[in-house]
Amino acid sequence: MNHSTSSIPFRENAVKALSNSALRGAMRNATETFAIKRADAVAALPLEELREEASELRLHVLNNLSEYVDRFEMNAVRAGAKVHRAKDSEAARGIIASILQDHGIGRVVKSKSMVSEEIHLNDYLQEVGITVVETDLGEYIIQIAGEGPSHIIVPAIHKDRRQVGQLFAEKLGCEYSDDPAVLTGVAKKILREEFLSAKAGISGANFAVAESGSIVLFTNEGNGRMCTSLPPLHIAVLSIEKIIPSLADLPKFIRLLPRSATGQTITSYLSVLTGSRKPGESTGAQEMHIVLLDNGRSELVSGEYREMFKCIRCGACLNACPVYRVVGGHAYGSTYPGPMGIVLTALLEGMERAKSLLDATTLCGACGDVCPVKVPLPRLLRLLRERRVEQGLTPRLEQNAMAGFGRVVEKPFLFHLGQIAGHVFWPAVKKFGPGDAVGRMPRPVSRTFRERFA
Amino acid sequence: MRIQLFGTCLIDTMFPETGEATVRLLRHFGVEIGYPDGQTCCGKPADSGGYSRESKKAAEHFISVFDRTEGPIIIPSGSCASMVKNHYPELFKDDERMRQKAEAIAGRTHELSQFLVHVLKVHEAGLSGTGRITYHASCQLTRELGVLEEPMLLLQSLNGAEFVDLPHSDRCCGFGGIFMAKLPEVSMALADEKVDTILSTGADTVTGCDHGCLMNIADAVKRRGSAVRVKHIAAVLAEGLK
Ligand code: SF4
Repeated sequence: MNHSTSSIPFRENAVKALSNSALRGAMRNATETFAIKRADAVAALPLEELREEASELRLHVLNNLSEYVDRFEMNAVRAGAKVHRAKDSEAARGIIASILQDHGIGRVVKSKSMVSEEIHLNDYLQEVGITVVETDLGEYIIQIAGEGPSHIIVPAIHKDRRQVGQLFAEKLGCEYSDDPAVLTGVAKKILREEFLSAKAGISGANFAVAESGSIVLFTNEGNGRMCTSLPPLHIAVLSIEKIIPSLADLPKFIRLLPRSATGQTITSYLSVLTGSRKPGESTGAQEMHIVLLDNGRSELVSGEYREMFKCIRCGACLNACPVYRVVGGHAYGSTYPGPMGIVLTALLEGMERAKSLLDATTLCGACGDVCPVKVPLPRLLRLLRERRVEQGLTPRLEQNAMAGFGRVVEKPFLFHLGQIAGHVFWPAVKKFGPGDAVGRMPRPVSRTFRERFA
Repeated sequence: MRIQLFGTCLIDTMFPETGEATVRLLRHFGVEIGYPDGQTCCGKPADSGGYSRESKKAAEHFISVFDRTEGPIIIPSGSCASMVKNHYPELFKDDERMRQKAEAIAGRTHELSQFLVHVLKVHEAGLSGTGRITYHASCQLTRELGVLEEPMLLLQSLNGAEFVDLPHSDRCCGFGGIFMAKLPEVSMALADEKVDTILSTGADTVTGCDHGCLMNIADAVKRRGSAVRVKHIAAVLAEGLK
């Protein structure tokens, strides 16, 4: 993971990805499958109604975010959890590390959490001498490969089973196999030992319920509940906008999230965790900590990008995005990839860092169409491009071209002169010009349509 | 009936035959055509790049040109039509006088296939055509204007031609205006995938309602050395008038 503040070289990353045929094959298969399954799964829903309701509910929470955070905190504490507020990544990492250090813990099991990626938790814990074992199969695969996730739901989407087989043979010393069942079996055996010996587990949360102080996890492998209820200590880290008002709001998202993400009608496991283990209870962590990450959100939700935070991290927009589908998540060079990732990266990491990333969209609108909570991604992407121009962060050549366009577009005579110049100088432009696009366009005609029609 | 034609800068500059085909087609159905003087570009390239000052200039100019005219404004391009219908009113949301003008213009604007089906009922007359024709549903036409059925109705009505469905017809071809210039490799990869699906249909002609996309697809077809014809829907429909 790149922690620097320099601009993400999206084009270079993309070119590299495009030449990786294994990646392209894996991406094509996976995104295709998810998109087809999603379409089938949502066909059974009153989709537009549900989207509208979910969108409104999310917006309502964002409009009253600080009250909901307070209410969640109060009720989570009442249920026996310890709640920590972290204003940024550094604070969140620090809080988590010191909880673990206070308990003398050197090894933790962890279930998948994009917020933990956002705060670069694993690297930090490693630095302070704490080993993190990822237990989601996809996360486990990329952890032993030394990579970050390339999808917010399917972290190892870019790898096919042959690559996973090779990786396992190499890193785990098992015999090569590309049978998913065999590979899963290998990982399961290793991870089971980890669960049983773990003193602490770290998780994220798909939602947090203000009314009850619970956190909600959607998982498919059961590893989430092992991490959260088997070890005596559980730390959940989540960003503040994940809050929903009450448990009664949950069914909406149970219907929308898995369907939008992987096309499943429901996930295999749904955990609602409310505080720590109470006297007389036989399961659950004895000590539960909840770390609420702000990282700029409480300010951002009051501005023009508010609607981004309706996002429930389903990943549908990634699967639908034509650009994401061919280059994969790593090309985005940031925690969150795809259309939602471009917006979040610009908001969380700054315009300087995201300036070339903003070009990684054709503005085709496919992302906005599939989003279950109606995040207006195309509008937000377009808006960010507008802010980029205002901040003078576009290439000089482009600025000049656009200024020229602005001068001639309202003067038909000059506009026509430009057309003539285009025709006359085309061979030269083609030879010496900025190349790539020009070379793929036909030469401007000598007599324009207007002249022929008049 | 008299309409006002907006030729689009791309058709004016690079694809005048498409403009001529549009004119023949409309005249065939008894439509009189006005071509307001002074029209340039709708501003779409600046708008999607975030250059709102420049796109506003283009919008103001477009509005001033068409403000003086009457009747439906016909645009043979989904993305330009969407620019006028959806983005103009948005651009002037803080300027009440201009916003009203923009809305009046937007209300008069139709994308060509929309107009052919809903107003002229061309699909009921059924022109003639030849060969196997498939259709690429360009992004802004389909998603922003909500026009999907209309072009297909027109193509399906062609006597003597066979319409074949394009798999993932509405998946972006990778044109995206400035996208094509800024990320040429990705743009080409997407266009290549589009051409794969076009070839899989066995069609000899691929058509659409946006010259930007068609230009990008034509380039990929050429790279492939394929003989598939890439033609704007106006040209395909006008062929039957010969
Ligand atoms: S923006 Fe919408 S589609 Fe994309 S991940 Fe978020 S909720 Fe899902």
